[in-house]
Amino acid sequence: MTDRVSNTLERVGRAAIAGVAEVGFGAVLMAQSVVWAFLGSKRGQPVRISMIFERCMEVGIAAVPIVTLMSITIGMMLAIQGIYTLATFGAEQQVTIGVGISVVREFGPLITGILIAGRTGSSLAARIGTMRINQEVDALEVMGVDPVRFLVTPALIAMLIMVPVLTFWADLIMLAGAGWYISVELGMSMGAYVDNLTEIIVVDDVLHGLGKSVLFGLLITLVGVINGALVEGGAEGVGRMTTRSVVLAISAIIITDMIFAFIATR
Amino acid sequence: MSEAAIMDHPHEAGDREVVIEVRDLVTHYGPREILHSVSLEVYAGETLVIMGGSGSGKTTLLNTLLGLVRPTSGYVRLLGQDLNNIDGVARTKLRQKMGVAFQGGALFTSMNVLQNIMLPLREHTKLDDTTMQIMARLKMEVVNLSGFDDLMPAELSGGMIKRAAFARAIVMDPRVLFCDEPSAGLDPVVASAIDDLIIDLRDAMGMSIVVVTHELESAFKIADRICVLDQGNILMAGTVDEVKASDNERIQNLLNRRTEEEILDPDEYLRRLTAAKD
Repeated sequence: MTDRVSNTLERVGRAAIAGVAEVGFGAVLMAQSVVWAFLGSKRGQPVRISMIFERCMEVGIAAVPIVTLMSITIGMMLAIQGIYTLATFGAEQQVTIGVGISVVREFGPLITGILIAGRTGSSLAARIGTMRINQEVDALEVMGVDPVRFLVTPALIAMLIMVPVLTFWADLIMLAGAGWYISVELGMSMGAYVDNLTEIIVVDDVLHGLGKSVLFGLLITLVGVINGALVEGGAEGVGRMTTRSVVLAISAIIITDMIFAFIATR
Repeated sequence: MSEAAIMDHPHEAGDREVVIEVRDLVTHYGPREILHSVSLEVYAGETLVIMGGSGSGKTTLLNTLLGLVRPTSGYVRLLGQDLNNIDGVARTKLRQKMGVAFQGGALFTSMNVLQNIMLPLREHTKLDDTTMQIMARLKMEVVNLSGFDDLMPAELSGGMIKRAAFARAIVMDPRVLFCDEPSAGLDPVVASAIDDLIIDLRDAMGMSIVVVTHELESAFKIADRICVLDQGNILMAGTVDEVKASDNERIQNLLNRRTEEEILDPDEYLRRLTAAKD
């Protein structure tokens, strides 16, 4: 019995230490990335623009179709639910208020973050994990090429640029999708819908959403890289850590979203 | 000799320059001690083969020589400099003087063969693309891989991957070349060609080469000296003939591919079988 208790305590203790170590590793990675981004040229190892551009294409441009499809669907879904709920009070015309604010403050950044976590966060973890197993990371190291500068910094910069850009795009498409449904269902013209939106949504709402999306980009990158760097045990290890990366990134996004919303609305 | 003087002039043993000096190296993985006070030297222009069976610690020794594993105590001096105790810029410069051909090639899967070989040049020189391509293709000629510029690593055979890895390792004309199991997993003809390549690199480019292998035939063919590693200890270091003539039982077992006979204690055996799992 005592053995079982001490074993459980030991396991909890080990997990807690591993968790703290991972957070510390993330902080070190972020600090090193910032140092390489600003001081890489001075150290004779600049972060290459071409690599950032390549990552931007992969993270951002290649994700446009799926972000567009999901955004238009969610925009319409919000309009459908909004009209259905407000019909109880006979206030369907007010649907624009709910849709407009919720899209730019919540749904745009959250849905984009979750999609990017599933798409890019997982591929980052898998790529770095596979490179580790194939000794490609060791090869970089012995070549005198810092793996953080070569692999992490371009990905981080690309995410910090592209996640907010995609979020803004998702905002526009969600609002367009909702607008199309509202105009068909309630007979409101698109012009009147847009006028309504511009009255309701203020710049602060948009910045609130975009600010969150920058944090989401940072979180997805760090979680992906940490999990990739911790891969052990071949293909199975890559699969396990890729799944873990997606689950942790989405959880981190949702928790951060709540904390951000709480602080920003005080 | 002061530390600075050592760094500028790698010391010489007799009339031979020492390019790698390993002293009292102890390495741990977690609580387990892998290398027990290992000392050895690699001289300029020689091929030293580190030979040993599975679990002898040869990969750990190689990784420690490469600076990928930090020793618990002792030191490794590469060209007079301790890889673990120099600042970032000096370490990068030192790394440019060494090349490594990993066991699995470690080619970057997202780049084609030419881009892989050009990578060290791209990262460490300010040469234009055309010059880098010419230099990379020259090395591809050396390893008999010309004409395969555009192939991706996934499209290469085992022998071609090894050759590409060699070309990438020598593209900066390093002073020291490390090879991890160069002929492992290759058919005898291709393995022999890789051995010839290592001999050519030593003779034509004057490189010091450290090869880690468990393939006896290959070791005897390419080595100037062999260092036999067993259970984290160096059993002996000497020429091929000296190693062959050794009367050490463990070395003879390794050379004659005999397994150690385990002396079984019945109580210990029973305890092992019935031990509860954690």
